[in-house]
Amino acid sequence: MVSVGMTKMLRLLGNLIRGGSSPAKAVVGSRNYADFASEASFDVKKCDLHRLEEGPATTVVLTREDGLKYYRTMQLIRRMELKADQLYKQKIIRGFCHLYDGQEACCVGIEVAIKPTDHLITAYRSHGYTYTRGVSAKEILAELTGRRGGCAKGRGGSMHMYANNFYGGNGIVGAQVPLGAGIALACKYFEKDEICVTLYGDGAANQGQIFETYNMAMLWKLPCIFICENNRYGMGTSVERAAASTDYYKRGDYIPGLRVDGMDLLCVREATKFAADYCRSGKGPILMELQTYRYHGHSMSDPGVSYRTREEIQEVRSKSDPITMLKERMLNNNLSSIEELKEIDANVRHEVEEAAQFATTDPEPALDELAHNIYCNEAAFDVRGTNPWIKYKSAS
Amino acid sequence: MAALKGLFCGGKNAFGVLSRRDFHRSTLAAVQLTYRDALTHAMDEEIERDETVFLLGEEVAQYDGAYKVSRGLWKKWGDKRVIDTPISEMGFAGIAVGAAMAGLRPICEFMTFNFALQAIDQVINSAAKTHYMSAGAIPVPVVFRGPNGSSAGVAAQHSQCFAAWYSHCPGLKVISPWSAEDAKGLLKSAIRDDNPVVFLENELMYGVPFEVSEEIQSKDFVIPIGKAKIEKEGTNVTLVAHSKSVGHCLDAAVALAKEGIDCEVINMRTIRPLDIETIEASVMKTNHLLTVEGGWPQFGVGAEICARIMEGPAFNYLDAPAVRVTGADIPMPYAKILEDNCIPQVKDVIFSVKKVLHV
Repeated sequence: MVSVGMTKMLRLLGNLIRGGSSPAKAVVGSRNYADFASEASFDVKKCDLHRLEEGPATTVVLTREDGLKYYRTMQLIRRMELKADQLYKQKIIRGFCHLYDGQEACCVGIEVAIKPTDHLITAYRSHGYTYTRGVSAKEILAELTGRRGGCAKGRGGSMHMYANNFYGGNGIVGAQVPLGAGIALACKYFEKDEICVTLYGDGAANQGQIFETYNMAMLWKLPCIFICENNRYGMGTSVERAAASTDYYKRGDYIPGLRVDGMDLLCVREATKFAADYCRSGKGPILMELQTYRYHGHSMSDPGVSYRTREEIQEVRSKSDPITMLKERMLNNNLSSIEELKEIDANVRHEVEEAAQFATTDPEPALDELAHNIYCNEAAFDVRGTNPWIKYKSAS
Repeated sequence: MAALKGLFCGGKNAFGVLSRRDFHRSTLAAVQLTYRDALTHAMDEEIERDETVFLLGEEVAQYDGAYKVSRGLWKKWGDKRVIDTPISEMGFAGIAVGAAMAGLRPICEFMTFNFALQAIDQVINSAAKTHYMSAGAIPVPVVFRGPNGSSAGVAAQHSQCFAAWYSHCPGLKVISPWSAEDAKGLLKSAIRDDNPVVFLENELMYGVPFEVSEEIQSKDFVIPIGKAKIEKEGTNVTLVAHSKSVGHCLDAAVALAKEGIDCEVINMRTIRPLDIETIEASVMKTNHLLTVEGGWPQFGVGAEICARIMEGPAFNYLDAPAVRVTGADIPMPYAKILEDNCIPQVKDVIFSVKKVLHV
């Protein structure tokens, strides 16, 4: 897939790295942005459809500007999650930590297809969404390390991060789905043309409350995009062992659905645009199944190899990695260069390092704020501590 | 009685019926208002006052409410403000919580709190904890309401009191009204409160009329959450109760007065936050404490009150151990004689007061 010009460039770069001969430098330096294409077209996998006459476009356009933005965002999430892995192994992050590396195309593809005024809710594998919904890597890592600069001031940790129009981060499997439909009900009630994206995993897809929610969302035509992120495993249980029907995109029954290649950001983007238009037109809910994969185990306490093979993980990494896929598309279509992408990589690394630095040096939350925000808009009151003589003040 | 029947079966607008009733009228502008109508008025007024308030639950719209508490509301306000749900407690409770997170103020009716067990995860993990977990970013202004505790002859699965269950959890407010005044003022406060509120009604109280002043009839009448009310002042013993048991205590007080025992009766109104200060002040005056509740004894509301009294200044004023009158520690049986012996009666309060006072 690598062109002749690319091979030449790589050789030159190789020389540059090895010894830095000025001709190579000159060649690199003379490449300017006017040489890049402004956009390119790509074919994406056709989505399987359920109760839909037609689906999302299969030929999509990617602009150079968007491509760079998507690349940076996915790369940052990847690096942030790997940094979290590192910090967890150093015992600086505690408790639960469910990492998202491998699934970046989902959260980024969804976010770029909806508006900031739309709403989104997901379950506990939520760091990627927290980032795409507007929280900085710094605040995310500081929340994971339990510091006062964390986005939830250290109260929530990995599973309870929130932002404007982002309702977490939810720890009870499946409970976020009725919540999402409730947010969609509010969208319809307020008549502001907003929608709610409600995510759940292949494991959660068997929760009864999800079917209750499908029913009410359809009855009341709620503007809700239900999205099942199918990463093939609910904790250690593969989809074949958990579900009598693994066609998750059909399990909304009367709700139209589509099955999407969740490793291809452009496919996710097109499908989400399609789904968002559907919801906004007042037709009611729609269901998307994103076929994706997580490289890490279920959480940091799961090596992730007792229920699947290392070969499988390696195969997905080498053939379907979402960042590699975007990178190759951009390089092969002259939307960017290796140097430019490497510069982005370095920039991302730097940002994540700084974020980690903050997250490991910021002080822990103050003890006298322990009881704050139990209630909203409440006059201060005393809260009992671990013995009758310890009292905390609760402010709102 | 006939007028009450008219209210139940008439399908008439609740507001019209009142003016045609021939109840005894006091000389002031007081009026008879049932506990049920007080709730209906509260919801109607708050739906009118705030466009983000709406009601959802099973049978609340076209059926006028399983217990007719929402009678007339759907006809007046329509499908957007009064929503019939399918039989999906976990689903619609979650929808109510999500709607609250996104800026609405839902009233989520459970046909009884026995069925709310299906949805209790949404009440506890989604509603109660979210404001704290998000360090104040996400308020959840939802009211969960419905009948709680025993009814008459509905047996074990339909008779449980959940006051202790919900009051156990920080992040919730739990209210248990006794009178029509309580029902109206506290439901309005609950709806206006920015926090998740569990509002425990009582099916046997729905039809009970109370005399209410003009002030209580007003659209602005609210009662502060977290403050108990002394229904009757007294000097010999403090009786603390919530919901229907308050009536039992007042009846017991009348009977005991004939024997020279002067009871102070405290209506808790709110279970969480618990107004221990009012109870302590009373115990420091009367030196004797009896709690009365319909729920089971173990880890109940009375158990919490007694523990707090032990830990606080009022302990030194007790002349006898504090005692609890509760439901019997048995799943509720059906046969009348069995059920009657599982629910605390006035005679239990009288008997226990005399025991506590050693008379």
